[in-house]
Amino acid sequence: MNEWLTLTAQALAEQLRRGELQPSDVLRALAARIADINPLVHAYIEADLESALTRAAVLERGPRRGKLYGVPIGVKDNICVAGRETACASRILAGFRAPYAATVIQRLEAEGAVMFGRLNMDEFAFGSSTETSAYGITKNPWDLDRIPGGSSGGSAAAVAADCAFACLGSDTGGSIRQPAALCGVVGLKPTYGRVSRYGLIAFASSLDQIGPLTKDVTDAALLLEVIAGHDPADSTSAPLEVPSYTQHLTASVEGLRIGIPQEYLGAGLDPEVKAALAAAGQQLEQLGMRCEPVTMPHTPSAIATYYLIATAEASSNLARYDGVQYGLRVTDGTGTTLRAMYEQTRAQGLGAEAKRRILLGTYALSRGYYEAYYLKALKVRTLIKQDFDRAFERYDCLLTPTSPTPAFRIGERIHDPLSMYLSDICTISANLAGVPALSLPCGLTRDGLPLGMQLLGRPFEEARLLQIAYAYEQATAWHTKHPEAVAHA
Amino acid sequence: MARVTPDDVRHVAMLARIALSDHDVRQLEQELTRLLDYMDQLRRVATDGVEPTTHVLPLKNVLREDVIQPGLRSDVVATLAPHRQGAFVKVPKVLE
Repeated sequence: MNEWLTLTAQALAEQLRRGELQPSDVLRALAARIADINPLVHAYIEADLESALTRAAVLERGPRRGKLYGVPIGVKDNICVAGRETACASRILAGFRAPYAATVIQRLEAEGAVMFGRLNMDEFAFGSSTETSAYGITKNPWDLDRIPGGSSGGSAAAVAADCAFACLGSDTGGSIRQPAALCGVVGLKPTYGRVSRYGLIAFASSLDQIGPLTKDVTDAALLLEVIAGHDPADSTSAPLEVPSYTQHLTASVEGLRIGIPQEYLGAGLDPEVKAALAAAGQQLEQLGMRCEPVTMPHTPSAIATYYLIATAEASSNLARYDGVQYGLRVTDGTGTTLRAMYEQTRAQGLGAEAKRRILLGTYALSRGYYEAYYLKALKVRTLIKQDFDRAFERYDCLLTPTSPTPAFRIGERIHDPLSMYLSDICTISANLAGVPALSLPCGLTRDGLPLGMQLLGRPFEEARLLQIAYAYEQATAWHTKHPEAVAHA
Repeated sequence: MARVTPDDVRHVAMLARIALSDHDVRQLEQELTRLLDYMDQLRRVATDGVEPTTHVLPLKNVLREDVIQPGLRSDVVATLAPHRQGAFVKVPKVLE
């Protein structure tokens, strides 16, 4: 393996700006690594070297500048890159070539980044294991019999296996943080409204956010400062200034107060996860922070609340996949009616989990059930948000596990939807409350599987999360561990 | 205790425009019942006087100047459609 492939995005950009490496050489080396490793891990659906080299050639003719000059960035298959197929890992969008670029892509390219590769995901981001992709399962680079987490499992696995320097993912209920934790990388879900959703194919519009999956905290700060900020094309993006996250990483964290919500430490928590979190808390104390238990009493209602709201919004957002304007169309010969075309296209184009969620959401919104399910969930959402508001009156940050268990085995939960949904227990509340949350590596199990800790902050206080995470990362070595299974393929 | 019947499944599938086989209906009847049973725990949460949260940001009615902005060209967008005629999308007949 080429030695540059283990560099962080920031370190790579520095070498590229100094002219020690050329963007096209980096792309060729990365493509060779992907060709070696992807048959084992299947993180990428596609990695089109030719179009990336065309872009690199343009960069090489110009000045060497930009925070991400020449750095290849992998993109989850639900974020539109102009002219490239973007299919949300679904048959129903197969062949859809995005006619425009998402705002985040425009911002990365304006800093010199090169979009390279479509990363695998659960179909329409519906899943916690990347097993629902219509393009096949992604494997965890740390143990190829295990799932990488989901739904941004391809993005997390690629970064963990040094098949990407950094990737974009999306997070509706933990889809950046949980795979980041299970693959041993850093994942950040920004505050709702911090990053434009323009060009992100919608799952649940009041919960979705785009964010980075990276090798370390500095890269997460770097990517966030490039992609964040108000966008007239997304009316839910917040009209607030974006701080320079990379310049404030080293700010003092002494005296900060960290709350540890006790509801996250209950039944179902793996003992090794619990031990790793306790050790992480001690490490934060050694760095001068003070950790205390806090209660967030509505946490046990979060999964039911989330799966009603998220599926209701998804059932509405996915109504557009009907065979008319793009993607797949199924008609059975002549004489087909419009209605039959809709029903057959959706029956054949959508996978089992997508249908299950659309039908659950449609049920929750339908006459007679709207008040008992959807409206009730919106009210409990208010109570969950109030838990956070109260906790943040006293604490600067909250510390929890990112996932109650390490990576589970392929096939272990895919046939039991409820057990899959329950694996999201630690991450979904942040989306319901709209607060920022970051996952970073904090240990390895006896079997050598990565564990992640989650830091949650006040709205728009990503800078503080990054400072705490940076201080922790400087004091520990978990982020430097690499998976043996893909070390010398 | 939620009880989803086969007719309930067929009704929401009709609303969502998804064709289901009889096997699908039986399986979804069980799965949706189990999931809604789990969701029913919310009934025990006291929400009297609690306002619903549809959205976490205090943004309302974001407006801009009423000036024409560049958008996607309709002839380009039409090229995405599986069946088309010129700049138009073609669909099966709507009326019998």
